[in-house]
Amino acid sequence: MSPRLAVSLALKEILRNKVRFASIGAVIALITTLILFLSGLGEGLALGNRQYVSGLGADLLVYQRTADLQIAASQFDRTAVASVRRVDGVADVGAIAFSSTVVEPGSAGARAAGGAGGARAAKGDAGTTSAALRVSLIGVEPRRPGDVAVLEGSGFTSASGNEVVLGRQAALRTGLKVGDVLTVRSTQGAVDERYALRVVGIAAGQQYQIAPSIVVPLVTFERIKPKANLQDDPRSLQFNVVAVKGAAGVAPSTLARRVESQVRAVRAVDLVTAYQNIPGYSAQQSTLDTQSAFTLIIGILVVGGFFQIQTLQKLGQIGMLKAIGASNALVAAETVVQIVLVNLAGVAVGALGTAVLAATFPATVPIVFQRGNVLTALVGLLVIGPLGALVALRAVLRVEPLRALGLGK
Amino acid sequence: MPGGEDRAAAGARSPATIGRDGPHREGGGDAPALVAESLRKTYQLGRQTITAVDGVSMTLRRGEFVALVGPSGSGKTSILAMLAGLLRPTEGSVHIAGEDLVALADRRLARFRRRNIGFTFQQNNLVPYLTVLENVTLMLSLNGRYDAAGATRARELLERLGLGDRLRSLPSQLSGGQQQRVAIARALIHQPAVVLADEPTASLDTERAHQVVDTFANLIHHDGRAGIMVTHDLRMCRAVDRVIVLRDGTVERTIEDRKAIERLAEEALI
Repeated sequence: MSPRLAVSLALKEILRNKVRFASIGAVIALITTLILFLSGLGEGLALGNRQYVSGLGADLLVYQRTADLQIAASQFDRTAVASVRRVDGVADVGAIAFSSTVVEPGSAGARAAGGAGGARAAKGDAGTTSAALRVSLIGVEPRRPGDVAVLEGSGFTSASGNEVVLGRQAALRTGLKVGDVLTVRSTQGAVDERYALRVVGIAAGQQYQIAPSIVVPLVTFERIKPKANLQDDPRSLQFNVVAVKGAAGVAPSTLARRVESQVRAVRAVDLVTAYQNIPGYSAQQSTLDTQSAFTLIIGILVVGGFFQIQTLQKLGQIGMLKAIGASNALVAAETVVQIVLVNLAGVAVGALGTAVLAATFPATVPIVFQRGNVLTALVGLLVIGPLGALVALRAVLRVEPLRALGLGK
Repeated sequence: MPGGEDRAAAGARSPATIGRDGPHREGGGDAPALVAESLRKTYQLGRQTITAVDGVSMTLRRGEFVALVGPSGSGKTSILAMLAGLLRPTEGSVHIAGEDLVALADRRLARFRRRNIGFTFQQNNLVPYLTVLENVTLMLSLNGRYDAAGATRARELLERLGLGDRLRSLPSQLSGGQQQRVAIARALIHQPAVVLADEPTASLDTERAHQVVDTFANLIHHDGRAGIMVTHDLRMCRAVDRVIVLRDGTVERTIEDRKAIERLAEEALI
């Protein structure tokens, strides 16, 4: 069998039946686009949910035991932080509190009117943002686990200042820069209060629960967070979880066991377990994974079906080729080369189309193309063609040369 | 115009080369090109044994063109398949160019076919996505013998068959007669010992059918190949050297006399 002859026959058949092969190539391209978008959407939504938690500079997250690993249900006060800090093998701890709030339109470009003590903003601050932006509000202890590393700016200068660090998405969507002041609207009791916060840093992506994040010192958080009861004492800090950084050489699993045994009524888990328990995260990911898997299966069936139908239409011709002396290896190689080439072209066009389409999407669409995921999807797509076409290949191999004379299978 | 080209091909033929009066024989001495002995083929249909071919023997010399005729179910195609090594006989033997086909394993049999046998078929004769020239040179490529000289020989052969201006045409752009002539060229280009044709005129009108068979006979005689044509159309027999009449899987009679063959063909016209 000459590989060159097999490739030559395969190419000639493709080039002289362009419409037929282009149609299956287009189907493969569409399946590629669909799978890449599903993969990108899955990664985008996953990041939107877990980005802050997975990027924490910590080994463990400690929850109230009865909270069932739900961040919002877990409530601690300062004594819990002190207890965790005392556990052998703990290098550092940081309290983290989560809430949500709204960044007022017109924040960008406004300058801080007051100093560190002047938290309440005057109504009608000038600015340029056009719409209110709902954000995750995260309270952290500056320079403790849970605090975010800034890419621009200085970061927090005090533990209780009217300062804010913006996650990248929040910065992009508000247009705010370091030194600007943003106004946060917070419902406290029955009244909407507004607080001016100076932007002291811009961090990498810090999304949490599919929302851009703004990060403030824990003391500030306590003051500005939405609350139902204004009588709450702002000095009695409440927070949701404790981020724990282990000492060098202490395995996170060992540390988790120690924390759970030495601190009453807590549960300590690694960050992966933590973000997998963010409400909706696992359900969302498994839904998208299922969709991707079904799309791949549909792809296998469609590609397989196409090549099988094409093979069935060519049985007489294949029989003739075998009768005049073409080997099984030659006709099989021709089929495989065709399948691989058409599949490769379809996947390439689909990937290119996806890249072009994705470039036109606004930043609000949660699609993230992560190299590993894209490569996995592309490899999967390149495998489905030959996999789907195995049935066609079997049919090719089973054709008897006798068929050329109208006899045999 | 396809029909016009068929006529042109027939017109270009020199009557002197239609070899019954002394065809050119290419090498090979007196050894027969094909010897089939006591061929028998049975099929099992449930508990019943069907005998398709029963004790058929034949010998073909180089440059001899033989017609296998007979009614449907007489065993024509089964015999052709056994002679081609496409069907293994239940009993008997087939020797082509001194090789016992029955003894060959499938892979060697495929190699033997592509080197020593030329085919034309009733249907699916040509590869639809290859041009006329590519269809013919395909046999050379399959044998690993495609080169510039082979391509030139293919062009010359197609020109002899009146297809010199259709070298780059696809089969779908040709008439039925032209397609059969391309198949003839493909069957002969690799200079096989034996050429087998299964109903080569089945889809052609009478005029084109005669042109195709005459062309076939001409080339077989001229190139010294042994040719066997299965046909149900007795009118086509006037171009052959011998007619083997089959009935119920056996040879009913063999007609070698020129006048008897002519008479058989004329009677079929009536």
